[in-house]
Amino acid sequence: MTDFAAKLVLSLLAAGLAAQAPAAPAPAPGRAAQILNMVRQDCGSCHGLTLKGGLGPALLPQTLKGKDALSLKSTILYGRPGTPMPPWKPFLSDAEAEWVVEQLVKGLPDGR
Amino acid sequence: MAGCLAAAALLAACAQAPLRGTGDLGVVVERAAGRLQLVETTGARIIGQVPGLGDLSHASVVYSRDGRYAFVFGRDGGLTKVDLLRQAIEKRIIQAGNSIGGAISQDGRMVAAANYEPGGLKVFATDTLELLADIPATYGDGKKSAKVVGVADAPGNRFVYSLFEAGEIWVADLSDPKRPAVSKFRNIGKEPYDGLITPDGRYYMAGLFGEDGIALLDLWNPAAGVQRVLDGYGRGQEKLPVYKMPHLRGWAVAGTHAFLPAIGRHEVLVVDTVGWKESARIPVHGQPVFVMARPDGRQVWVNFAFPRNDTVQVIDAPSRRVVQTLKPGKAVLHMEFTPRGEQVWISVRDDDRVVVYDTASFASLKELPADKPSGIFFTTRAARIGF
Ligand code: HEC
Repeated sequence: MTDFAAKLVLSLLAAGLAAQAPAAPAPAPGRAAQILNMVRQDCGSCHGLTLKGGLGPALLPQTLKGKDALSLKSTILYGRPGTPMPPWKPFLSDAEAEWVVEQLVKGLPDGR
Repeated sequence: MAGCLAAAALLAACAQAPLRGTGDLGVVVERAAGRLQLVETTGARIIGQVPGLGDLSHASVVYSRDGRYAFVFGRDGGLTKVDLLRQAIEKRIIQAGNSIGGAISQDGRMVAAANYEPGGLKVFATDTLELLADIPATYGDGKKSAKVVGVADAPGNRFVYSLFEAGEIWVADLSDPKRPAVSKFRNIGKEPYDGLITPDGRYYMAGLFGEDGIALLDLWNPAAGVQRVLDGYGRGQEKLPVYKMPHLRGWAVAGTHAFLPAIGRHEVLVVDTVGWKESARIPVHGQPVFVMARPDGRQVWVNFAFPRNDTVQVIDAPSRRVVQTLKPGKAVLHMEFTPRGEQVWISVRDDDRVVVYDTASFASLKELPADKPSGIFFTTRAARIGF
């Protein structure tokens, strides 16, 4: 229960923060679910299904904290040449990538 | 069953399932649910479930030599010993923070886990899962540690594996588990991402991500060192981005030729295993992930990386032509042949099912429900070097 309460507080906090920052418009629900599935499964094949890290680093709130959102977004869109991180621009729009960064920073909902 | 009622003492025995072998059993990994489906290939059916295995993304499985126990290596560093007959977890430990796979020794007494975090190889007793040896993958000034990939068993109770960041291949001889003897091969190439051993246990190959080419070690003649083969097989052409690292483990040897995934290309490479020269490239539907030979070597089945992962292609080995293109569904992750190859089982993650195909007619024979299935592993692996 404490875990759940902590999560609740966190998501409330995140919601509060999101309200302050100019949040990326959320994709339509169907598309949002599709993107979240892709992040868990396809990003997960390198970053771990629970995003705790694998060949690529962990993408958890605590590891991304303090990192520049813009540069995370451009890493997602354009990849990191010279490393296995590929560019996702063919599959994500600019706004969607921004939304993905927001989701990662606040922690992915546990959608299985 | 009437006999069972006769004596109360016999009740316990009668309550148990009838005697059976395990040669036609296997597991399907349900990666998000952290569960195994136990399957039987003879009836093409699910016979049970074993839950409670943690994070199974990228999970791999090796079998005890009697084909009764599955050792499951989970991404979360979990190592679980599962009894296929009792359909239960025999023992489970968390042995690392982040793990990629493992192997079982020639004598069947040890399993080795290849770990990302902390990078290294840990060796456990198969009967108790007690830690026997811990070999950190430190390199350079001895302070950096590399992710271990591509671990394979080799004859002589050795484990061979690669160090991703370090660009090294290590051969750990565990003849005496208390005193592992490690030979290190350095400067084998940039970023080995996976490795395999040939079915005869002679050659270890590491695929390189950071450059074109494959590092080859002849375990019958390790003094000759690591050789580079297929050097620059795509030089001059720009590589496509790689959305999923290919796997070499399920590699395909058909006759004197090996079929390998070309990294970052829509091609399967054909290499002759005598001179280790490229002998052909077969254009395929997408970037190959698994390239697997049917046990008789006549066909080679290929699945593909995101976003072309709804397709499987079949190559006819002698003519090296794609003879069949199948669409099993969204996100095909893995393929496993029945022991003699008359069927192949294919996991389709986003459609939540496993599809069983007849490999002669290509007809889909059956679909089994499974929650986000990834790897499929049959007990035939128990008797194969490199599996
Ligand atoms: C083929 C493997 C692979 C896949 C698939 C992949 N990544 Fe990465 N990713 C990496 C690697 C490796 C790095 C580290 C690059 C480096 O060394 O700088 C990385 C780095 C990142 C970073 C930077 C993290 C940091 O702390 O700076 C982000 C953000 C990221 N990936 C997001 C994603 C997202 C989102 C997806 C899916 C849409 C994804 N990745 C899919 C391999 C991958």
